[in-house]
Amino acid sequence: MQYDTLIIGAGMSGLAAGIRLAQYDRRVAILERHSLWGGLNSFYKLGGHRFDTGLHALTNYAERGARNPLTRVLRQLRIPYEDLQLGEQGHSESVFLVDGERLALRFSNGGHLLREEVAQLFPSCVAGYDRLVRELPGYDDLGRDPAPPSARRRLRELLGEPLLVEMLMLPLCYYGAAQERDLEWDQFGVLFRSIFIEGLARPAGGIKPFLDLLLSRYKEVGGELRLRSGVERILLDGDRACGVRLDDGTELVADQILSSAGLAETRRLLDPQAPVADAVGRLSFVETLCVLDRPARELGIEATITFFNDSESFCYARPDDFVDLRSGVFCTPDNYAGYVDEEPLARVTLLADHGRWTALDEPAYRARKERTAEAALGSAARFAPDVRPATIFRDVFTPRTIEHFTGHLGGAVYGSPNKCKDGSIGVRNLHLVGTDQGLVGIVGSLVSGLSMANRYALVPSGSPS
Amino acid sequence: MTNEEIVIAIKDIIATIAPDEDLSGLELAPKLRDQIELDSMDFLDIVMELRKRYGVQVPEEDYMELATLQGCVDYLAPKLGDKQLVTA
Repeated sequence: MQYDTLIIGAGMSGLAAGIRLAQYDRRVAILERHSLWGGLNSFYKLGGHRFDTGLHALTNYAERGARNPLTRVLRQLRIPYEDLQLGEQGHSESVFLVDGERLALRFSNGGHLLREEVAQLFPSCVAGYDRLVRELPGYDDLGRDPAPPSARRRLRELLGEPLLVEMLMLPLCYYGAAQERDLEWDQFGVLFRSIFIEGLARPAGGIKPFLDLLLSRYKEVGGELRLRSGVERILLDGDRACGVRLDDGTELVADQILSSAGLAETRRLLDPQAPVADAVGRLSFVETLCVLDRPARELGIEATITFFNDSESFCYARPDDFVDLRSGVFCTPDNYAGYVDEEPLARVTLLADHGRWTALDEPAYRARKERTAEAALGSAARFAPDVRPATIFRDVFTPRTIEHFTGHLGGAVYGSPNKCKDGSIGVRNLHLVGTDQGLVGIVGSLVSGLSMANRYALVPSGSPS
Repeated sequence: MTNEEIVIAIKDIIATIAPDEDLSGLELAPKLRDQIELDSMDFLDIVMELRKRYGVQVPEEDYMELATLQGCVDYLAPKLGDKQLVTA
């Protein structure tokens, strides 16, 4: 069977690209190694409980009828806004310990609360903050500047207050930085707008109903999804990609290939011996998930998400240990509006070192997971009420789990630090979609899938030019 | 298709692409962009739908011709004259 386009990976970007192409009658198949779709944003069941893997929040909140990246994406996918049943966050916070005191910068959707908090905690920074918001780079600026300046440096110039810089960087790094210690200014702009200005929401029921919407839309327009169909090799004809070979030896032929496997991973699919160390991301995470016996609010947890850091400076880098207990993310999804008929949960996410986690044998791995979960919950309890007394079930996932289920080398959740903003990796008819195209988060991944499909797989045969 | 039917065809395509827009008051002469929220991605969708529904190719250099409803009629009439109206 000859396909117009083969898509590697049934994550957000692959599904979005697939919908777009199938909608316009392209013969398209999505090839997924696992038995479940969603990629980084998937779900699983354990001990009778259902957990989401990626989703803490859907960024880029917008009300019905407003135009922003989220509503534009839904329009392109032809998924009605109402079907998401978005529930907004109450508020979230970036919390630092300064001389043993808890200092919280709260934010909610629309950006007003954050500005009020800046004005209250850092009165001398208000003018700089307003200027920052006015000058924020947008989606259109992504990739325009070949060497975008450092976000930290730009922030220090604008705000002058190092602590405020750190408090703004913390949530944005955790929710989207593929590089250590800093962000590029254009990426900072996109993240700032997505998280601090537009804000956070959650589809009712979490990621599964959202994935169901994408998948049913894909099937409705005639797309084919092949599960348990890992791609072992991308096949070349001269300098152009012409098909793939699956793990079971099946060969499929196509005019175009879109790969969401990642930059290093796609290079390996072209050549298993390819040196890729420079392209593998260094940032991975351990997450502890706790099912609670009562709503978070009854435990005194007010914030939807608490980003925490225990000193005045924040270090976003691969730790020289199994995890870094100094900072993290504490999320209680039942503090989103519209959280009904689901179990109360708490999640703690910490930076982790992939190498240490994958070097352990099975018994040591299990023991380390338990120890780390205790330590993670203890660390979070310095910033928010302790959920351990209310926990009735617990699970932990690690860089090893992430690598296994997503195929991202190094368990790198946000992929490679080197992004290919135009999707090109030097092989004709093969383009990257997803994280390593440079957009992150669920909305970013969907934008990536749609825009790469439009640009490389739809327009060329749609217009003779 | 008559000119009136071409207007119906275009409105039907826009209704598919942008279901939350009110199209009842759309006028022929002003730019579509000034009357409803349409971005360049949406115009690409109009072109793709024309191709899908009627087999009409609109090359990229002609996209500007579709900026108004009247422009759509003028540009598409020779291409759609012998086609039947299809609505979603």
